[in-house]
Amino acid sequence: MPPIARYTLRRLLLAAVTLVGVVIAVFVMTHLLPSDPAALRAGPLATEELIAQYRQEMGLDRPLYVQFANYAGLLVRGDLGVSWRTEQPVLEELGQRLPATLELAATAFVLALGIGLTLGILGAVYSGSWIDHAARILATLGASLALFWLALVGVHVFYYTLGWAPPPLGRLTVGVPKPPNVTGLFVVDSLLAGDLETAVDAANHLWLPALTLAFVVSAPIIKTMRGAMLDTLSADYVRTARATGVSPRRVILVDALRNAFIPVLTTLGIVFGYLMAGNVIVERVFSWPGIGQYAWTALITNDFNAVQGFVLLIAIVYVMLNLSIDLAYGFIDPRIRLG
Amino acid sequence: MSEPLLRIRDLTLSFPLENGSCRILDRVTFDLYPREVLGLVGESGSGKTMTSLAIINLLPPAAKVEGGQIWFGGQDLLALTERELRKVRGAQIAMIFQSPRASLNPLMRVGDQVARAVRLHCGGSKKEAYEEAVELLHHVGIPDARTRARAYPHQLSGGMAQRVLVAMMLACEPSLLIADEPTTGLDVTIQAQIFALIKEVQAETGATLLLITHDLGVVSEMCQRVAVMYAGQIMELAPVAELFARPRHPYTEFLLGSVLRVDRPSELDMLQELPSFSIMYDTPGCRFANRCPYVLPACWENRPPPVEVGAGHSLVCHKYPERSEGPVLREAKGLS
Amino acid sequence: METATPSSFDRQDTGSTSLRRLVRLARRRPALVLGLALILVYALMALLGPQLTPYRPTQTDPRATYQSPSAEHPFGTDKFGRDVLTRVVYATRLDLAIAASVALSAFLLGSLIGGLAGYRGGWLDDAVMRVVDVMFAFPAFILAMAITGVLGDTVPNVIIAIAVAYLPYFVRLARSEMLKVRTHQYADAAVSIGNPGWRVMVVHLLPNALTPALVLVALVFGWAILDAAGLAFLGLGITPPTAEWGVMVSEGAQRIISGEWWVWLFPGVAIVLAALAFSLVGDGLRDIISYEER
Repeated sequence: MPPIARYTLRRLLLAAVTLVGVVIAVFVMTHLLPSDPAALRAGPLATEELIAQYRQEMGLDRPLYVQFANYAGLLVRGDLGVSWRTEQPVLEELGQRLPATLELAATAFVLALGIGLTLGILGAVYSGSWIDHAARILATLGASLALFWLALVGVHVFYYTLGWAPPPLGRLTVGVPKPPNVTGLFVVDSLLAGDLETAVDAANHLWLPALTLAFVVSAPIIKTMRGAMLDTLSADYVRTARATGVSPRRVILVDALRNAFIPVLTTLGIVFGYLMAGNVIVERVFSWPGIGQYAWTALITNDFNAVQGFVLLIAIVYVMLNLSIDLAYGFIDPRIRLG
Repeated sequence: MSEPLLRIRDLTLSFPLENGSCRILDRVTFDLYPREVLGLVGESGSGKTMTSLAIINLLPPAAKVEGGQIWFGGQDLLALTERELRKVRGAQIAMIFQSPRASLNPLMRVGDQVARAVRLHCGGSKKEAYEEAVELLHHVGIPDARTRARAYPHQLSGGMAQRVLVAMMLACEPSLLIADEPTTGLDVTIQAQIFALIKEVQAETGATLLLITHDLGVVSEMCQRVAVMYAGQIMELAPVAELFARPRHPYTEFLLGSVLRVDRPSELDMLQELPSFSIMYDTPGCRFANRCPYVLPACWENRPPPVEVGAGHSLVCHKYPERSEGPVLREAKGLS
Repeated sequence: METATPSSFDRQDTGSTSLRRLVRLARRRPALVLGLALILVYALMALLGPQLTPYRPTQTDPRATYQSPSAEHPFGTDKFGRDVLTRVVYATRLDLAIAASVALSAFLLGSLIGGLAGYRGGWLDDAVMRVVDVMFAFPAFILAMAITGVLGDTVPNVIIAIAVAYLPYFVRLARSEMLKVRTHQYADAAVSIGNPGWRVMVVHLLPNALTPALVLVALVFGWAILDAAGLAFLGLGITPPTAEWGVMVSEGAQRIISGEWWVWLFPGVAIVLAALAFSLVGDGLRDIISYEER
């Protein structure tokens, strides 16, 4: 079997095992509770009968392995259960809110990439210059900044003091109707519908939360990009290229950068994890109606089905993303592809 | 005698350290003639590599040239701009280093890397350059060159990779080749092959070869003349046979003595365990002073100008006149 | 590379006092020293602060709610008229204690599991690695969020939740260090001695593995502060009226639109500086290690 096939197969297998593990782990988390979910659901004023009724409805009186079988069975069919709070299917509710999160996360990601890669590369190439210092300070700061605090600073400075941003109350100004739903991304949808005003309003609400998230998330990107660039720039093959007379620009682009991207790719997977976690907080501060907000509400109201669905979704996406990155390595790096 | 191809004059290089800076090269002076092989020997850290890097300015950014000139083709290389130097690098002066596999870009096929060198200085279309590259790979003794050209560096052995680098070095028939310990880390049998290849290539193209090494055996095999370097200073320079037979500088004696020979009484008592030379970078005089068995007070103050002590044999040492076997012929300016 | 440039003068370190060495350290690694200094400040604040504050953290003053910073209240007052500065200082103890518990327990438990897995190898090792993979499938904060939500809002639960989230890092580190030692041992001891006892392993493991572990401990300390505060901000784990930095920011966030910035700003600064301190120390230690290795 060619090395690339062996590598791919191994990665797929590992991902599959991990996914199974994730499903089990989430079940363990939400079913091995010290408290009684039925009682929690029924509320403080519940009667004994109500609690018993809920217990039976939720299948909590069955043995654990039966509960797991039910859970796994539903999962395979894509059924994440029903939210205890809203009585709606969790999958559906997540699906409705996903575009909002996507719009925010994707914008933040693109911004973070732009800031992170640029500063990382320039910092390494112009090592010791002000840009290098700025990059390193940003990388250290971004790693220590509490996102929720930074968001508040952002709102206070840009909304309260400067008035450059709208109040942190959601995706659009109160009263402005949503654009017709094509992608769920308001800016895109408004542009598609030819509605420039709504597009601007949506973008206006989008930039501050996205930038805040990007700021924090760019820190690991700067760090890894800069580190990788410094390593490759001092590598022997770069010295060879220079000795051959290749121009500095080409040395950076062709020899250094391509090799430096490889370790950075792994970081991007981790960055996604930070994005997901950061989203919960940013959505809270800006009242953004995404899955993060949904998860928070679920946690506060002890809606374990919804929490379970959210965590599962995140974990599955995370595993698939890291798998994709691993597989990408197989194609990019000839040392892996050809063994 | 013909005109020198490369003249290094009073090359002085400093490197910043935590407690100030340090002159890692101190008024290095020597010449290279066409079609010859000059060996540059010394312990590790003696500055041999720095000297060679300074020629085409591949120095680490922190290193500073404090003084000197490097004359090549009528120009002072140290005065050239980066742009102008780039035309020289690879085209007229080519260099190879240790660790051949690490010296090749892991993401590019080796044929493409050689072709890039060809295209850079000799022009031509991508196709023509690639063909030339395959031809070069064949020329340096890589079997099945066309197939091998499509390989990635990690798929080649160390010896194979070094051949690829030699091919890259030859891409546009440079007049000066610099090889910095090209076989360190390679198998002994492969070492011999690589040296044979380099020698062949040098003879064919008529280029000058500056061979940097710490291995005296290699020097005796490959070189016609040899310069001895210690702590950034050139101590002695002579034809190989002359240096081995009649070493004049105390350090050269020390170096040769460290190569144990069956037919001579060992001079191991000269191999004293003394502090390393890094302490001596501050001195205005000879940096070997603290280990030299013949040291004079003057040795700490300054170094004498180079003196000719034999045919093509020059020496920088205060002790010389008393220790010599013959008269001082004349003040040497680098070489006869 | 062969270009051996002199890395240091072999000067004698004659009679350098610890103060002079400290100054040299400060000049060479300012970030590390800054981090250590900050940690010292926080430690002092935790130990002595409560004695020095003029108010008590639960002391309310209904007539002085939402006062902006002044001479009597350098950090202002919150919605109950409590002095913000006092609460920030008192919260230091809690936050540092939480972070320390997280770092310590994750380190101890993780190192034990990882070391054992590396030592035993075989199916135990495989099983542990698969479990670690699963744990890494969740972003740390989200895992901590879920666990806290499930276990309930108490301080011990928060510690458990965050420690569990960072456990896999220590497991992986301990395991890889143990594997390194194992190969060394087998190379040195040669097969004739047979299977080296685990005590011998630990003796070899400890000096080498301690420094990378220390780096991770420092980093996790900082991350734990951020995570605990983040959870508190979301209303999970630690809740009002406890004086905790994240709780205070959360309470202050309610006034974000009306502009009483001091209620959330100062606790936030406390969080950021604390996290920064540990991050600097962790990175500084890591730099020292890689420098020594070279």
